Amino acid sequence: MTIRMTMPMIGTAQAWRDAARGLINANVAPCDVSWGDETTPAGLWDSLPPPRTDKVLTVPKEFISIARSVVWHSDPSRFALLYRVLWRLRDTPHLLSDRADPELAQLRRMEKNVHRCQHKMKAFVRFRELGSPEDPRRSFAAWFEPSHFTVEPTAPFFARRFGDMDWRIITPSVTASFVDGKIAFSAGQSKPPLPEDASEQLWTTYFRNIFNPARVKVKAMQSEMPKKYWKNMPEAAAIPDLIASAPARVRAMNEAAPTLPPLRVEKVQQQLARLPESVWSGDADALRAEISACTRCPLHCHATQAVHGEGPMDAPLMIVGEQPGDTEDLAGRPFVGPAGKLFDEICAKADVDRSRAYVTNAVKHFKFIPRGKRRIHQQPSTTEIEQCKWWLDAERTAVQPRAIIALGASAAQSLTGNGEGIGKRRGKVHLLDDGTPVVLSFHPSYLLRLRDPVARQEASELLRLDLTRAHQLAQNISV
Amino acid sequence: MSTRSIESKLAILSDAAKYDASCASSGSTKRDSRDGKGLGSNTGSGICHAYAPDGRCISLLKILMTNFCIYDCAYCVNRVSSNVERARFTVDEVVKLTIEFYRRNYIEGLFLSSGIIRSPDVTMSEMVQIARKLRHEENFRGYIHLKTIPDAAPELIAEAGLLADRLSINVELPTDAAVTQYAPEKDPAQIRKAMGHVRLRKENSKDRSHTGKRPPKFAPAGQSTQVIVGADASNDATILGQSTRLYSSYGLKRVYYSAFSPIPDSSKNLPLIRPPLQREHRLYQADWLLRFYGFELDEITSVTQDGNLQLDYDPKLAWALAHRGLFPLDVNRASRELLLRVPGFGVRTVNRILSTRRHRNLRYEDLTRMGVSMKKARAFVTATGWSPAALTDSADLRAKFAPPPEQLSLL
Repeated sequence: MTIRMTMPMIGTAQAWRDAARGLINANVAPCDVSWGDETTPAGLWDSLPPPRTDKVLTVPKEFISIARSVVWHSDPSRFALLYRVLWRLRDTPHLLSDRADPELAQLRRMEKNVHRCQHKMKAFVRFRELGSPEDPRRSFAAWFEPSHFTVEPTAPFFARRFGDMDWRIITPSVTASFVDGKIAFSAGQSKPPLPEDASEQLWTTYFRNIFNPARVKVKAMQSEMPKKYWKNMPEAAAIPDLIASAPARVRAMNEAAPTLPPLRVEKVQQQLARLPESVWSGDADALRAEISACTRCPLHCHATQAVHGEGPMDAPLMIVGEQPGDTEDLAGRPFVGPAGKLFDEICAKADVDRSRAYVTNAVKHFKFIPRGKRRIHQQPSTTEIEQCKWWLDAERTAVQPRAIIALGASAAQSLTGNGEGIGKRRGKVHLLDDGTPVVLSFHPSYLLRLRDPVARQEASELLRLDLTRAHQLAQNISV
Repeated sequence: MSTRSIESKLAILSDAAKYDASCASSGSTKRDSRDGKGLGSNTGSGICHAYAPDGRCISLLKILMTNFCIYDCAYCVNRVSSNVERARFTVDEVVKLTIEFYRRNYIEGLFLSSGIIRSPDVTMSEMVQIARKLRHEENFRGYIHLKTIPDAAPELIAEAGLLADRLSINVELPTDAAVTQYAPEKDPAQIRKAMGHVRLRKENSKDRSHTGKRPPKFAPAGQSTQVIVGADASNDATILGQSTRLYSSYGLKRVYYSAFSPIPDSSKNLPLIRPPLQREHRLYQADWLLRFYGFELDEITSVTQDGNLQLDYDPKLAWALAHRGLFPLDVNRASRELLLRVPGFGVRTVNRILSTRRHRNLRYEDLTRMGVSMKKARAFVTATGWSPAALTDSADLRAKFAPPPEQLSLL
């Protein structure tokens, strides 16, 4: 004797869930149940289902989500298969993590079919307007023939999308309607006559013109938009003609001789020449403009922009770092990234007003290697530092600082010609040829790399001392 | 010109827009109009509403605001020296088309690009006006992608980012030299600067204010760019090198590769040789390997001498054929990093293998059920009950994967 379970066409998901819960709590084995929908004829030995229970049954969350999709599949055996897997889940709760189990593989395949059908429904339903565009709440309807019973699970998507209009989606099995913000389902019907919609003409025009005849890939189109959907899509009528005429259109493009430019070109180009300077090009300062256009070494090809120094042109103190980092490269300003923030803190402690100093770098372009979503800083080579020294010298000549602080090995290399042993040389004052004193110190990013908080604190203190020293030299205070 | 019907304008301006490959409508913030006060939704994943016979999906209404342009980029159908028909949409026309198409479920939203008219600022501000009207007057909650003009003022780009889901700026060609040669009015450094600006804006929009309030999202679906392949002589290594730099520098969501396509009224400065579409496909495959499979750039491009990807074999298969010493791998023991290198295994199947082998040993049939393409993978893996034996090292393995020979046309 088998127990007969009949699933309704509307509300199937909840009905199956209730039925399965009742059966499994009554300990009915899968072989003793015959599942069917409203169209399945009753069997000779069918008996009534067990009473509903509210006893809680725990199953993995993933199974619920699979079941919620698979119940909408058109395969008549879906309910039985779901119940068989549910039955097995009682003894093997880890069943779902086995991606190779044949029954589960079939369930997953059916789930995928339903998802695909839902997705295609979201894509290929085409509404036609029923009322007038001037109505306060506009009204649309569509006829659609899905491969599975996907109208009910997909209707909420359309409700979220078209919240400010009424719509109906009519299919052979179920009709969904959305009136004044409420979704309702009713029995399916045959294809109704829907009024002509003028937008379909425009849409087909768009479809015809967005197509590129130089690249025909009919298979790629059909695998994503199978022919079974074409009959309800207005634009699909244009497809055969587009494919047929493509080769001739390409031939015509290739054979067409180059034409002479139209007469207005000259006028337009004059107009182009008169365009005001772009705001991006910044101030017209000659030195800065030259630095921005620098191509002395290959670094300029990959960096976003050259980052020139900033600060008053009569600043007594010049601060020279290594090179712009990731943030500086994007922003076009020196010392604004993590190392720059740390440096600002140290400046505050040393009582140095950064805005009164001229802040620049030994190398003006960011050198990096790409690594996934990040750029990894690379130390500039001696050649690159030498090439860029040209600009640093030009900046020094323009600013005429009374003292300079060189942060890190690259800055020391550029200013003193030797970048080695900065750990030992820090704190020392080096005199340039013109007599300008250069205080050597750590680069703030060195502090960021130190893991040990004590060592970091010590290094930070030393950097503060060096900064104070440079500041005093710049103020002509004897030390 | 003013007497053109909206239909003929649409024909001209969609025809002019088709060379932009991007049509993604995914990855933005989730929103909907269930409150009945607006139109449109965004689920985070995109929907392709139709496919054209060129195999490309149609997700967005992809149009130019105008195809009048003062620039003279050799590869572009809309360059000033071309004799194509010109048209220009008004702001209201674009808004109405978008809304009416959207209501009929034809599209996910709007992809708006434009030729440069008068000046970059004037053009960009008109594009921003369209996006503003859609968002604020029509309460449109669908997807908007704005092609950004790199020379436009930063404030305009800033407003565009607040209205649109995605911004994109095309780098156009793989090297600075090529851009200077073929697009004389464009400045590659300025293009990078604008992309850097977008990235900084986007990052700043993540910082909460001192009261804990989040600033409005800036281009939530990120930024993307497009490179034309085959118009200049750059090889694939150069193109992919540029892409890795762009991904790491500007946090791009996608770099689109567009095989140079013959255009009506093409410029005589360009090669009329059309690159095989397969090259574009191979570049996308390599791009994916770089981003999701842990491959390094030179691993992929060093397989051949000339730095171009092989057209007959996909880049992963080409790499595996050149490194047969590593194979066959035992699917029951090999690490994730190595499994990702097996031809025929995708990221998802590798995840499935890893989760299943915790419970039991995997057999050949299990792999097919997990969605592995065993036709490709069989020579490179061992499983319980399966060993490729001499297949991995056989001399004709390469030939087995070669595309079938094609009969030449008699005519």
